[in-house]
Amino acid sequence: MSKPVKAAKEPLFHIAKRNSMIWWKAWLIRGIAIVAALIVCALIIVLLTKQNPIEVYGAMIKGSFGSERKMWTLFQNIAMLLCISLAVTPAFKMKFWNLGAEGQVLIGGLCSMVCMFNIGDRLPNALLILIMLVASILGGIIWGIIPAVFKAKWNTNESLFTLMMNYIAIQLVSFAIMVWVPSGSSVMGLVNASTNAGWLPDLFGQKYLINILIVAFLTVAMYIYLRSSKHGYELAVVGESENTARYIGIDVKKVIIRTMILSGAICGLAGFLLVSGTNHTISKDLAGGNGFTAIMVSWLAKFNPILMIITSFLIAFLQRGAGEIATSFNLNTSVADILTGVIIFFIIGCEFFINYQVKSTRSMNKEEKK
Amino acid sequence: MKKILAILMVLALVFCTFAACSKKEDTSADQAATDQAKTDTESSGTDYSKIKIGLICLHDENSTYDNNFIQAMKEVQKELNLSDEQVLIKMNIPESDACYTAAAELADAGCNIVFADSFGHESYMLQAAKEFKDVQFCHATGTTAHTEKLDNFHNAFAAIYEGRYLAGVAAGMKLNEMIKDGKITADKAKIGYVGAFPYAEVKSGYTSFFLGARSVCESATMDVVYTNSWFDIALEREAALNLINSGCVLISQHADSEGAPKACEEKGVPDVSYNISTIPMGPNTALISSKIDWAPYYKLVIDAVAKGTSIDTDYVGTFATGSVKLTELNDKVAAEGTQAKLDEVEAQLKAGTLHVFDTAKFTVGGKTLDNYKADVDSDDKFTPDTEVVKDGYFHESEFRSAPYFDVIIDGITEK
Repeated sequence: MSKPVKAAKEPLFHIAKRNSMIWWKAWLIRGIAIVAALIVCALIIVLLTKQNPIEVYGAMIKGSFGSERKMWTLFQNIAMLLCISLAVTPAFKMKFWNLGAEGQVLIGGLCSMVCMFNIGDRLPNALLILIMLVASILGGIIWGIIPAVFKAKWNTNESLFTLMMNYIAIQLVSFAIMVWVPSGSSVMGLVNASTNAGWLPDLFGQKYLINILIVAFLTVAMYIYLRSSKHGYELAVVGESENTARYIGIDVKKVIIRTMILSGAICGLAGFLLVSGTNHTISKDLAGGNGFTAIMVSWLAKFNPILMIITSFLIAFLQRGAGEIATSFNLNTSVADILTGVIIFFIIGCEFFINYQVKSTRSMNKEEKK
Repeated sequence: MKKILAILMVLALVFCTFAACSKKEDTSADQAATDQAKTDTESSGTDYSKIKIGLICLHDENSTYDNNFIQAMKEVQKELNLSDEQVLIKMNIPESDACYTAAAELADAGCNIVFADSFGHESYMLQAAKEFKDVQFCHATGTTAHTEKLDNFHNAFAAIYEGRYLAGVAAGMKLNEMIKDGKITADKAKIGYVGAFPYAEVKSGYTSFFLGARSVCESATMDVVYTNSWFDIALEREAALNLINSGCVLISQHADSEGAPKACEEKGVPDVSYNISTIPMGPNTALISSKIDWAPYYKLVIDAVAKGTSIDTDYVGTFATGSVKLTELNDKVAAEGTQAKLDEVEAQLKAGTLHVFDTAKFTVGGKTLDNYKADVDSDDKFTPDTEVVKDGYFHESEFRSAPYFDVIIDGITEK
């Protein structure tokens, strides 16, 4: 047992941070990731369901673009997801982990519904819609500002705080529905179906067009706000380092509260668009998990509103496609969810290879010798 | 070491692949068998080639409620020899604009019949029905078809209260057996009921179950607790355990998870369930279940569309139509003579000589229920509008298919 001890056993690979990568190389890696994801998915499809993967991918595309209605639905889904993603982005950029978008959207929707339900038949539609809009935005702001004030004043943990506010919002919505619908099955159904009071009107015969235009406008506005405004600069500094922000004279508390007002307001707007422009009803599933999916959309796009159009398209496309393949191939929706999961996994995973490089220890040693 | 591990993992992967392949072959053999079955039944005369059906489900096969709709649809597909292109099933469709979109997409895809299974789908189905006049929209558990009066919008339900009554008879016989064996005294014959929500559908269900039990065991009483959820394993289990601890000697349920049946098996308390047979999860305690079979209704509608005849605005499936069923009676648990008694009572129900909600058989606040106005026609204010007691019984599911019996009768306590 007296062999010479080798130098500490070295792992096979080393991981090192890359300085930066040329843009086309980064996109090449992303492209490879998508191709790899499609190959893995094809294997899963063949092994689990013995379907032809090309046909399955065809059905996914058909699910999003198969008819005019499907395309509009896709754009509507993108718009809603994008709207909520835009809402969480300024807070995230400030490193304020707002996990409460779901609740802020719900409260916004609830405020719209309160107006729609109680004063729907007494006001001209335009005025009613305006009141609903204002009420929703205020509701969202209140739900966003509470955790912000606590964070600014007492440095409470905003992730837990916003997360718990979601449950309060869910219970408030359940309570309201129980009051409004004392019998039946705790389901509101379409509200004002006969009068359409409080429904956003169709534009050029398209019922989702107003939603889509509002979100498109918002995307550009958010891009400019984050990139070119003083506010946008301040919140980026607060995100990088609160001490630096204080040193250069930024009122950190003010920035936190102001940014969460903006975040909450846009969530409230999303709630309004979902109630008035889409569902014309409310349930505790109004946001449908988009409050959390939005986090992924925002991160994947590195908080760039324009890139978020692409990431939210990707998620909405996968969701619609998943539903379509479940129906056309008679599969359980879980199979479709597995495929979606694999694709998202690869896309997120490839960011690792863009930010870091993996070198085998042997080649590193060679480099050293040189 | 790492190399060995890597080789092992590769081997495992290869093995898994082969396992998956061989399983695949099995299923293709199954497929061949189904194809054979299809050709066997191809001789009924009606031309179903132009039929295309869409089914919208709130959840997927994991929910016993939705699974009941899906399996019935697959049965009908097989029986009528419909191809996979003719049956489109959309699962996990929420009770929102997504339901309208799903219905519209099915209509776009050429479906001439669209079903939806959840109460909250109704207003979206109605919205689609107004837009697609050539497509028949059939909605289970809904309440508005008879007031909306559209030619292509229909509601359907089943007289499941008759099934529950019958299941109650089996429960009552079990109580009698327990009394006879000296396990309990007559005054301790208390049933526990795990209900989902305090609505007519649940109240009508537990009342008919209780009346069935009391028709054979006069001293029976019942406690009801609500979970306020259609599917919550933990809550349903907890509710059942609480009921058992408070002295209930038999449990029944109207909620969609296995929470209560499993709790009963643990505690050795007999259990009557709903929608599926729970014998596999409670071999020593599961007594019987009542269930709705949707296949007869599907077939009726498909036939009507194929032949161009009209569909009932409100359809109520019964024992006679094969829509109301009892699952297998567990002989290991059931009291002696239960099957004979069930056959006898079923015959009476079918013949119409026995009415479940016979007002001579129950009291409300110590008095007989001589008249009762139910909220049959849905409106925002939930105003009672229709007299439903006449000829000595409460006419459940006659003025519309969905239940509206929502009275708490003497002997039942809501906790």
